[in-house]
Amino acid sequence: MTAEAAILPFPHRHLLGIEGLSPLEIGHLLDQSETYVEVNRQAEKAKSSLLGRTIVNLFFENSTRTRTSFELAAKRLEGDVINMSVATSSVKKGETLIDTAMTLNAMHPDVLVVRHPDSGAVKLLSEKVNCAVINAGDGSHEHPTQALLDALTIRRRKGRIAGLTIAICGDIVHSRVARSNIHLLTTMGARVRIVAPRTLLPTAADRFGVEVFTDMREGLDGCDIIMMLRLQTERMHGNFFPSIREYFKFFGLDYEKVALAKPDALIMHPGPMNRGVEIDSDVADDFGRSAIREQVEMGVAVRMAVLQILAANLPSTDPRNL
Amino acid sequence: MRFDPDNAPPRVAPGRVAYVNARLIDPASGLDTPGALLTDGESIVDFGPRLFNDPDLFENTVPEGIEVVDCQGLCLTPGLVDIRVQLREPGEEYKETLLTAGRAATAGGVTTMVCLPNTQPVIDDVSVVEYVARRARKIGLAKVYAYAAITKQLEGKELAEIGLLAEAGALAFTDGVKAVADSKVMLRAMSYAATFDQLIVQHAEDPSLASGGAMNSSETAARLGLTGILPEAEIVMVERDVRLAARTGARLHFAHLSTGEALDVVRKAKARGLPITCDTAPFYFALNETAVGDYRTFAKLSPPLRAEADRQAVVAALADGTIDAIASDHAPQDQDAKRVPFAQAACGGVGLESLLPVSLELYHNGFLTLPRLLNLLSAAPAKLLALGAGRLAKGAPADLMLFDPESGWKFETDRLLSKSKNSPFDGRPVQGRVARTVIDGRTVFHHQPAA
Repeated sequence: MTAEAAILPFPHRHLLGIEGLSPLEIGHLLDQSETYVEVNRQAEKAKSSLLGRTIVNLFFENSTRTRTSFELAAKRLEGDVINMSVATSSVKKGETLIDTAMTLNAMHPDVLVVRHPDSGAVKLLSEKVNCAVINAGDGSHEHPTQALLDALTIRRRKGRIAGLTIAICGDIVHSRVARSNIHLLTTMGARVRIVAPRTLLPTAADRFGVEVFTDMREGLDGCDIIMMLRLQTERMHGNFFPSIREYFKFFGLDYEKVALAKPDALIMHPGPMNRGVEIDSDVADDFGRSAIREQVEMGVAVRMAVLQILAANLPSTDPRNL
Repeated sequence: MRFDPDNAPPRVAPGRVAYVNARLIDPASGLDTPGALLTDGESIVDFGPRLFNDPDLFENTVPEGIEVVDCQGLCLTPGLVDIRVQLREPGEEYKETLLTAGRAATAGGVTTMVCLPNTQPVIDDVSVVEYVARRARKIGLAKVYAYAAITKQLEGKELAEIGLLAEAGALAFTDGVKAVADSKVMLRAMSYAATFDQLIVQHAEDPSLASGGAMNSSETAARLGLTGILPEAEIVMVERDVRLAARTGARLHFAHLSTGEALDVVRKAKARGLPITCDTAPFYFALNETAVGDYRTFAKLSPPLRAEADRQAVVAALADGTIDAIASDHAPQDQDAKRVPFAQAACGGVGLESLLPVSLELYHNGFLTLPRLLNLLSAAPAKLLALGAGRLAKGAPADLMLFDPESGWKFETDRLLSKSKNSPFDGRPVQGRVARTVIDGRTVFHHQPAA
């Protein structure tokens, strides 16, 4: 680490995950994001901090909201954005992924935003390129910008994160959102609970610094935040639960279960929602309690901050030119 | 006259009944004393050695208005709780119905039975659980509870709605006479059931090892030219499931264990503190593979009757507490299913009416005391499935059995009340007989000895 890097508030080339970030680094990302929330609410949104930079959205897995959110974020900072969607079926793992990385690297992009269905694939790619890499979701591993936008939503609504009781409910085992949120929220001093049928809990769930519940009634009791997860049927191979109706009855969020949380508890969902599966439509649309739309808004601000910080961290001269 | 449960007259609530001159045995508490018991309506109100027998009173009579049953010194004990029966209704009423099984049960002293889900339709849906319960309630004989399926259609692939079925009253989950063969399905089933603290009951037999087999793999099978089923079919399944249970924290119960080595695995698992239990059936401690004899299809059972050493190991496991319960494993089969070459015959034997007399052999042969034997037949299985039955207690349901442990008779299949007569115990001299069976305070069976 150079002397210059040591004084950077976010001394990392990439954002591959939340695990390992310090409370100060997370706080800095959130503070920067906060400034962009106000920018985004003005009619004139453009800032020129990414002027002349090239951002490539490289998505090996379908995405609408995350890709759009990154694209908007980059455009508002006047960066040049290229979207590349690579159909997963045509891409073999390993060498082909690295080949793609090398090819892109030769075109001198500044930031690569990468989503991939395999855990660890984004890290592998980041080792082969000279630019900054942002993990936009890798398999069931991490989705750091989602956790940051969730944290920003919570901080703006509740004024703090530390000391809050946050219940993350549903398909924990397949969820990168859950993993990133667990790391972020526990690092920032929240009490995190995970609530799921045992088939949807990861092995050694209790080693994540969280409280583990298999009964929604106990898990939601007295919590400040209810964070629902999407059932990731595309990642499920076989039997995790018997039927949608049984899942909804025991683990879906309806008003009966919401009533167990604190009266001012906030309801969150990373989207896209399966209405009537993990969340009741009326609960999802509850204007007073649901922060689901606000989460989307915070997403753009968080991604602007992350893009700007990582771009600023890049060396002024591309080492490939030396 | 044919009894029609749908148009039966409303049952008259019983008044107060005093059972005097009885030997009271409560297996749960170990009570074994001469005394009397008083029921009021559907419940036990009082019992004990001094009830209607106060030495300080000059005259000891039961007050006016109380019906008196003189037990003549016979044993009065909680009715039997049979946790493994196949009742064949709905779907195979030509083999057995809830009514005929109810009659057979009460004749055998059984006041509560828990039926397997292998009916047609399969008990893998809330509506079937409710159907069986409602139908049995109308009939008003032995109380019937249901297991529900672990997997949809008992196919061993997709999980059944364990949470909803438990809420509807399913006591535990099993694929009946089929094992859940796929290890991952079993792992998920245990894991999911543990979410709701539900018990998984396994028929421990590896289907790939057992396939095509007709009897125990042994010299007898070789001489008869029948394909054998290795004891390992049971042993490997028990070993696998113990490991999966340890991983998932699930409560697991093995039904009708028949081999010494499988029982060793259970013994060790219990010593490790795992929540693992098991039962066996009278077939496996009273018979061995020689009962197959000259291709007797009534002795074709699943699991198959084993070697004598295994039978002795089952007796030892009953004596040392490794086996938690005795269940009849009642499996009615019609004549067409048994009057075929041995290899083609259906498995199973009826058991409701032989459960008590054959089990009493363990007492007569000195392996178990009478209270301990009765515990394995009532209080212990009731506790396994969290039923309130199987105990003498004030306020407990008046589900009682009055029996003579000594009376000798010959067990004959043509006298069975069960619709199917396929018992491997046909012609067996037995000792011990049910005199009276009481359910919710009503006498539903009364044996009148020939004068």
